[in-house]
Amino acid sequence: MTDTALPQPESSNFQNEGLSETGTERVSYLRAGHSLSSWLLTTDHKRIAILYLIAVTFFFFIGGTAAALIRLDLLTPQGDLLTNEGYNRAFTIHGVIMVWFFLIPSIPNTFGNFLIPLMIGAKDLAFPKLNLASWYIFMAGGLFTLFVLIAGGVDTGWTFYTPLSSMFAHGSVVLAAVAVFIAGFSSILTGLNFIVTIHKLRCPGMTWRRLPLFVWSIYATSIILVLATPVLAITLVLIAAERLFGLGIFDPALGGDPLLYQHLFWFYSHPAVYIMVLPALGVASELVAAAARKPIFGYQFVAGSSIAIAIIGFLVWGHHMFVAGQSMYASAVFSFLSLAVAVPSGIKVYNWTATLYKGHISLDPPFLFAMSFIGLFTVGGLTGLILAMLAIDVHVHDTYFVVAHFHYIMVGGTVSAFFGALNYWWPKMIGRTYSLVWGRLSAILIFLGFNLTFFPQFLLGYLGMPRRYHVYPPEFQLLHVFSTVGAGLLGVAYVMPFAYLYYSMRYGTPAGFNPWGATGLEWTVPSPPPKHNFETIPVVDSLPYQYDVELEEDHG
Amino acid sequence: MAETPLAARPPYSEPRQQHDAAMMGMYLFLGSEIMLFGGIFAVAAVIRILHPADIVESSRALHYLIGALNTGVLLTSSFFVASAVEATKGGRRRAGATWLAAAAVAGLVFLVVKGYEYGAEYREGLLPLPGADTQFRTAPQHLFMNLYVLATGLHAIHLLIGIVLLSVLAPCLAFGKVRLPDRGILIIAAALYWHLVDVIWVFIYPVFYLAR
Repeated sequence: MTDTALPQPESSNFQNEGLSETGTERVSYLRAGHSLSSWLLTTDHKRIAILYLIAVTFFFFIGGTAAALIRLDLLTPQGDLLTNEGYNRAFTIHGVIMVWFFLIPSIPNTFGNFLIPLMIGAKDLAFPKLNLASWYIFMAGGLFTLFVLIAGGVDTGWTFYTPLSSMFAHGSVVLAAVAVFIAGFSSILTGLNFIVTIHKLRCPGMTWRRLPLFVWSIYATSIILVLATPVLAITLVLIAAERLFGLGIFDPALGGDPLLYQHLFWFYSHPAVYIMVLPALGVASELVAAAARKPIFGYQFVAGSSIAIAIIGFLVWGHHMFVAGQSMYASAVFSFLSLAVAVPSGIKVYNWTATLYKGHISLDPPFLFAMSFIGLFTVGGLTGLILAMLAIDVHVHDTYFVVAHFHYIMVGGTVSAFFGALNYWWPKMIGRTYSLVWGRLSAILIFLGFNLTFFPQFLLGYLGMPRRYHVYPPEFQLLHVFSTVGAGLLGVAYVMPFAYLYYSMRYGTPAGFNPWGATGLEWTVPSPPPKHNFETIPVVDSLPYQYDVELEEDHG
Repeated sequence: MAETPLAARPPYSEPRQQHDAAMMGMYLFLGSEIMLFGGIFAVAAVIRILHPADIVESSRALHYLIGALNTGVLLTSSFFVASAVEATKGGRRRAGATWLAAAAVAGLVFLVVKGYEYGAEYREGLLPLPGADTQFRTAPQHLFMNLYVLATGLHAIHLLIGIVLLSVLAPCLAFGKVRLPDRGILIIAAALYWHLVDVIWVFIYPVFYLAR
């Protein structure tokens, strides 16, 4: 951390009981209005980002509680804690909340909202009111979902597969579908807002080749949000119509095809995986460049691979249906295309590694989170290749191997990147630095806890433990106990950042404009930024990541 | 009666930029609408491939002349809306509002005709609504009519939203609530939405009525 010219707290404030406010903070967006309505009716993208941060954190802990129930129930082979129905409902809550109300909105809606205008030199997003509206739609959808899942209960899993969901499932499938449908509007409006902002509001000189890589990845994500989410919407409408009005579309008795439901669902939901992970890839690029203090290696390839992942991501949905009865020729094509996604993903990992090579690396918390992200994303990606192979997939389909694979991507990848982003941009958002020691400790504990939770699940899956069962043969118990202990560690480690970051809001030292010595327009404005971001609209005249390279001494 | 254009609102620096952003946002929204109906058309394609003979037979049972009439009504309404946009661009508020109102009335005519058509189908036992006494010779015909109800119903809901939109905008335009030329974008965006709803019908009509 460079600590040149830190704005000190004003001495007149030291006697106060409350915050000792710096001059920067006094004119920042955080202090522009103190009433509740100044937050709830704000159109400032930075305040909306904070609203999203609070909301997704809330949903993260709800989803985490459901995960804790699941793991505790799996401690014993008999499933002593929950009934069969209760277990099904618990993993449905976990899946629905984590996918739609944490993973999808987490990085784009908090950090995308906060950073995109700052990174491209704009005063706000293109449609500030729409931005606020999408937060309200998100909250309406989220709280309604929570109510339905807890009060009514849904036992279909987050995938709502027919004919289970349309003909057999008990509980409030229709209401849950309506709630997710509502949340989808929020996704579409946010994606639309980001795309228009990135196209139309870049400051003079901010050409496409000078965009920060985080902006590129959010751009790719937004394209998926706008094009894939409506397909989920219509799919949910079809399910609701079947349950409510008997207008069967997937009903086999009428000659309908339940497999068609899976095609429509995964046409959205596989790209949705990239909605979840692409922003994380963008965060990793920023964190790696800032930590290595070097220009990112192969900028154009890292940027282009985000777009490539978004495009190929639309063409691989069939790999969820290898054993569902689709044509083997279709499966072969989907298998090939799924393997092809590894190419742009691999480009990113190799380019990050090349960026770090001989970099002047500082072992700050954001870097540790980025390293943890890269490691876990690589394990998740490589096991993804294993699953994309037709013959192996038949063996491990619907086992814990799949569960472990996507948790390595979703939780190991996206959640690590979320915490990395939180730790990296926190001084910018709040204007205070936090304890680096606690930051490092939590990064390491999250990494260890994660691996202890999910690595045993690879073994379980390989040995044949199926998904969605809570009663299992006793020989699997040891690995399940490891996994549950890991989940406990992970739970504690996840609480830590919120504790030390909250503490820093009150007791942290003022951060200064650029605590990490990073490049990028967001670091040229005060921390926390003033309400309108820039005094004068900046002009960009160079490529991004122009660090003065400080090479290590070459011994030998 | 050209009114003086106001400066662009933050975060924009000039009116042109604001206009372009609004247009781009609208086109992206319409893109997402196309993906929404795309799901319906994908299902229509699949069930037709699965049951070609049954689908042709079901399609023959629909009243294609009523559908043709409605297609004409909607295309005419699109002409009205396009005229409203031209009038708005020229600053002719009264003419613009009149064209918008005419389009909204045409939309209502479409819905009335559609309602009559649903009624006829209900009496013929073709409309698979809850409680209806339907007579289908084969199960896939039932499936086809289910999709028909969903597709035309979803389209009707979109049209209804369009009618409400135009009905609100027409008096606003007439009585000067919409500043011209800078807020003329409202009329242009609403018109784009109306055209899209029209175009979707232009695809629904052949896929369901003429697939014989």
